[in-house]
Order: sequence, then structure tokens, then C-alpha cells
Amino acid sequence: MTGEQIFFLIVGAVTLLSALMVVTSRDLVHAALWLVATLFGVAIVYAFLNAGFLAVVQVVVYIGAIAILFIFAVMLTRRQAADTGAAMNANWWVGALVAVVSFLGLASMLSKWSGFSKMATAMPSGFDAVGQLGGALTSADGYVLPFEVASVLLLAALVGAVYLAFNKK
Amino acid sequence: MNFWNDPLKVAADWLMGVFAGWGMNETAANLLVAFLGVLLLITILMVIDIFLVWIERKVVSRFQDRIGPNRVGPFGLIQPFADIVKLMIKEDTTPNGADKVVYNLAPILSMMSVLILWAVVPLAPVMLGVDLNAGILFIIAAGSIGTLSIIMGGWSSNNKFSVIGAFRQVAVMVSFEIPMLATLLIPTIFAGSMGMNAIIQSQNIWYVFLSPLAALIFMIAAIAELGRAPFDLAEGESELVSGYNIEYSGMKFGMFYAGELLHAFTFGGFWSIFFFGGYRFFGLEQISPAFGILIILFKAMIGYWVIMWVKYTMMRIRIDQMLSFNWKFLTPVAFVLVMVTALMNALLSSASSWLYIAGMILSNIIVAWVALEIVRSTAKQERKKVEGVKVVAEAHH
Repeated sequence: MTGEQIFFLIVGAVTLLSALMVVTSRDLVHAALWLVATLFGVAIVYAFLNAGFLAVVQVVVYIGAIAILFIFAVMLTRRQAADTGAAMNANWWVGALVAVVSFLGLASMLSKWSGFSKMATAMPSGFDAVGQLGGALTSADGYVLPFEVASVLLLAALVGAVYLAFNKK
Repeated sequence: MNFWNDPLKVAADWLMGVFAGWGMNETAANLLVAFLGVLLLITILMVIDIFLVWIERKVVSRFQDRIGPNRVGPFGLIQPFADIVKLMIKEDTTPNGADKVVYNLAPILSMMSVLILWAVVPLAPVMLGVDLNAGILFIIAAGSIGTLSIIMGGWSSNNKFSVIGAFRQVAVMVSFEIPMLATLLIPTIFAGSMGMNAIIQSQNIWYVFLSPLAALIFMIAAIAELGRAPFDLAEGESELVSGYNIEYSGMKFGMFYAGELLHAFTFGGFWSIFFFGGYRFFGLEQISPAFGILIILFKAMIGYWVIMWVKYTMMRIRIDQMLSFNWKFLTPVAFVLVMVTALMNALLSSASSWLYIAGMILSNIIVAWVALEIVRSTAKQERKKVEGVKVVAEAHH
């Protein structure tokens, strides 16, 4: 086992543990902070995959925007979300079942893939991963259509949010 | 490759040799050398940080027509060490009902989010932690960890003033991240890379001459990100006592304080990297990396001085003023500037360098002028509304 594999296993275990804490933690702010730890673990996995750009974007978008927004919302409604009552409802086992089944499904699917048990080859030095990603997202042979559709969708969501929150005089 | 040209590599190779002599395997030795490098960088930064306290106190006293610390040691240079001893021996208090783990984690995260920034700062052509090709985004990511530390500190203190302070600070940081990221795209357009070293290497002419407006907006957004005056409404001594760090005592407060100073110095450094050529100064950095380090530290100090200059001469603005300034003025201007710069860059890509510079400066001036004209006409309308009210008020006298 190489050092990289050991490190990956540690990161994976920490990520899974924090993810478990997100759903079992009684305090909502603690749950949000565990979510931050989970998302950070995912960012480290991206960094392992030589996807430095995605790792940084993961931190900027998920921790810098979404998790902060979660914590904001929880803090502003702290009185309503007081620490009483059960953290789970009667359907907890359905959620757990779905999680286990989807994990097993993904694992069995990936185990058939030829690259499953191979080590990743090192990137050639001077390989411009960000440039490749940018080219793929904006070239007509690449993913320009899904990229633009996603942009328009997000813009529509933004306009909708502003419309809902707009104070009509 | 001798010691004079690349001291770090020579030292690392020598250390690798020593560790190999001890029978260590190559991976472990590599890890240990990298760890020692990080330790060295952080130690140097913390020592600089100690003297930043002295610099800040000296500069503020000069702005306020005082002399500043001058009793302990020559020019009061030992004063920060006395301050550290004082912070260390202070009682370490934890407020009642505080969330202990989060409360103790917040100052560490705050300091960490600043130190981590230096991983991508090139001190000299050959001296840098990592030449990340998404370096600019890395800065924003580290900033979001800083935001998280503030919200953690404010919430876990179990104090209403600290929560209000944290809310304000996070509102400032989250909103000013956007114009900052937008203006950072302008050096990216010029350099064709997000990596710090590539941006510095391509600055044959400082980017401040190509896009002075971007340099200005970046500085304003950086000051807001730092929570310094005129954007220090999160601290607001007259209303919130001290903001998010109100309940912290001793060295935990010291971590927030030292983190803030080092953060300001770091953003001075980023300002110099993106707009003032970083470690480059008329080819002096080619002679030795030592010159590169001195040049970038000097430029970072100048940036830090500008931040202090603004802090000690401006008054605090209200949160609604801050939010409308950001969302209605700074963000649109930054985005328009990015679009105009990208367009001009495409149009002038084959033009001569003088035409390129002239076109860039001209487009900057036009964007700034149009933005100010729009603000002026809006302000005129607002003033008209207020004038009407005034007449009614005077009639009562």
C-alpha cells in the first residue's frame, strides 16, 4: 500500500464519518459544520484526482457560499429549531436503505470498469488541466450546449428568487 | 544550480542527502523536507507578524499626531514581545453556555485561513510553495474559510453582540468576494493564466497601467474583506463593543488580531502581485532570489501601508450603505470592466503594445466615467426628494 492510498483511506473515512455526523447531530449548527467537514473531504478527493480546479471550486461554492448560507439560515431561526424532539423521524430506515442500496449499486457498477483496480498514471508535466477544462466547456465539439443551458437555468432561478423576494409597492 | 541562484533547492537536496544517509526511504524524506519547508515559511511569517503589530501601532500614531510605542527597546521594537507575554499570561476565559469545541476552533481556523494563502505566493521566481494553476480561486477559497471562522467564533460565544458582529462581517465578506473575484479575472485575461507565477512573469508592464480601475476595485474589495475601516461595521466599537471576537481573551484574541494584521499584509502582497509586478523590478530578481523576496516584501509593505492609510483616515459607513455600494455600484462596474477588458483584449490582440496599453487605459477611463455619471444623476434625483422634505421641516420653525 502506498502512502497515497493510506492518505486516501484516512480522508475517505473522515469524510464518511462527518457525513454520518451531519444526519445524526442534534444541534443544527453542528450539523452544518459537519457538512463543511464533509465537503472539505470531497475537495481533498478532487485534489487527489489531479482536479485542482474542481477542488478549489468545491471549497469556494460549497463551503464559501452554500454552507455559510445554511449556517446563516439556522442561526437566524435558532429559537424555532431549539434542541427538542427527536433528530430522526420514523422513516429513518428508508433513507438508510436508499443510501446503502445506491452505494452497493455504484460499487458493483464500478467494479466492472477496467480502470477500477489500476493506479492513476501521473500527469505529464506542464499539462494544462484548467485550460483543457475551459476549452471543453466552451468549444462547439465539447460541452458548450449543456454549459449554456445550465447557465440559463441558474439565471432563471436567480431572477425567480429576486421576483419572489421583491417588495411590490 | 548553485546556492546563490536557488538556495531552497540546494538546501532541500542537501537535506534529502542527509536523510537518505540515515536510511530513510525517499517518500518519507520528501515528505519531511516539504514539512520543514512549510515550517520555515510559517515561522518567518509569524515573526513578520510580530513586527506588523509594531508597524501598525507606529503608523496609526503618526496618523493621529502621536509618537507611538517608544519605551521598550530601540524605537519601541520590543513592545510587541511585551504584548505577546501579556496576552499569554492573561486568563483564558470561556463564556457561560459557549459551544466549547467550536469556540476554541474558531481562532485557529482564522489564523490558518491567512497562513494557507502563502502556499501560493511566489516570493521569487524559484521560491514558491505550489504553482497552482487555479491560484486566484485558491485565494477566494481561503477567504471563505476565514468567513467560516468568523461565523463560528461569533455564534459559539453565546453573546448577542458577537452574533450581530459576525452577521455583519459575513455579509460584508460574502458580498465583496464577488467584485474581488471579478477584478481578479482582469489580470487573468492579460496573463492568460490564473497561476500567480505566470501572472507575475507576464507583467512586462505592470497591470496597474493597463487597468487602474481594476487595481482600485481590488483594493476596495480587499479592505472590505479584511473588515477594516471604512468597512469595520462588524467591529463597531460604539455599538457592538468589539464584534465577533468580543468574548475571546488572551492568546485566542491574539490569534484573531494577529490573523487580521497578517491578512492585511498578505492582501498588500496580492495587490503587488496582481497589479505591481510582484517580485519583478527591472530585472533585479534575476540576479538572486534574495532580491526577489526583498522586492515583494517591500511592495507588500507599501500595499499594507495604503490599507492602513485608508483605515486611519476614513470613517465607518452603515451596513445599508455598504451593501448598496457593493451591489449597486462596485459589482456592476467590476463585471462591466471584465467584459470590456475581455473584448478589448480580443480586439487589440494583434495590435502593437503601445496601442494595446492606450486602448486598455482608455476603456478603463470610459467605464469609470460612465459609472460615475450614472451615480451622479441618481444622486441628483435622491437629493431632489430630500430637498422637498426640507422645505416642509423649515416651515414649522
